[in-house]
Amino acid sequence: MIGNFPYITVIIYIGCGIYILMFQKNLIKLAIGINLIENGINLFLITLGFKKGAVAPIYTQAPSGQSMVLPTPQALTLTSIVIGIATTALILSMAMMIYKHYGSIEVNEVRRLRG
Amino acid sequence: MKEMSRIVKIVTNFIYGFIIIFGFYIIAHGHLTPGGGFQGGAVVASAFAMLLISYGQLKAKKFLNINIFSLLESCGLTMFIVVAFLGLGTTFFYNFLANSGSWFGNMVIPGINPGDMNTAGVLPLMNIAVGLEVFAGLGIIVLLMADGAEYTKKKENAENDR
Amino acid sequence: MKKIIFGIAFIVFFSFLVISAINMRPFGLPTFSEMDDYFIENAQSEAGANNVVTSIVFDYRGFDTLGEATVLFTTIVGIVALFRRVKK
Repeated sequence: MIGNFPYITVIIYIGCGIYILMFQKNLIKLAIGINLIENGINLFLITLGFKKGAVAPIYTQAPSGQSMVLPTPQALTLTSIVIGIATTALILSMAMMIYKHYGSIEVNEVRRLRG
Repeated sequence: MKEMSRIVKIVTNFIYGFIIIFGFYIIAHGHLTPGGGFQGGAVVASAFAMLLISYGQLKAKKFLNINIFSLLESCGLTMFIVVAFLGLGTTFFYNFLANSGSWFGNMVIPGINPGDMNTAGVLPLMNIAVGLEVFAGLGIIVLLMADGAEYTKKKENAENDR
Repeated sequence: MKKIIFGIAFIVFFSFLVISAINMRPFGLPTFSEMDDYFIENAQSEAGANNVVTSIVFDYRGFDTLGEATVLFTTIVGIVALFRRVKK
């Protein structure tokens, strides 16, 4: 079970993110929870492509005589990181606009003040 | 937001040039070393964030112009799509400059070698286009959020004084 | 009352995650790797780059990068539209 340590780190990340999404009421804390879930998934994608005793998949001045790690999950994780940035930026901008219009940032108060 | 003390301003004046040059180095050598367009663009955008924090929002608005960033971002995405359309003789996104002997087209010695900058076809052009788009885009996000926070704080102070 | 139901649901979901993390296949031995072996062998002769990850992102799977650049551009258009002030 010690050999599976990266997977246990991933489920701690995702567990913390889901706990924050279920039990907190402040908009900024909800944005932090969503960001934690997305970063946990990115870590999981990278740990799927590891070979024991291998080096990075780059040919410039690499140490000779060793195999290389799988490069495809790293390419997909690049795209996912950029999409995480875009989601977090949009959520925080909407939180700023809600504060400007309603004067409060808790989720249950924003529902009751209309107009 | 208020500006920072004099020591922070002197160190920022000295260092922001080195950070921008390092970011462009990571973008330009994307086909030889780890890095590429997205990573180098994020490093350059962090230099603009440092300038914004250490000079305060009112003074930084004079030398960081949003219209120039917007123009650079549109140019970056347009260059990416034009380079993708140029290989339409065989297929969309075809690497028509690799191993061909013209602009970026030397052959690569197979196996482990010290890198040659003149290789890898279309890839450096795409790296530069994506790097331009990413650093201009992240600069726009940081500048707009600082401006919006300042405007809200001024309105709040005006209402509290009344 | 609502907190107790949320708490039980969270404990059930987290126990699913723990059971699946313990029973994953061992770390460091991927099962299927034929596509990545082809990429590592032929990326230097076909794309002409020393960096295999960059040649996958921009040459073999360029469509994903086009979609991602479009997502980033659309997000920035949305943020500029949110922060526009009404001029009186």
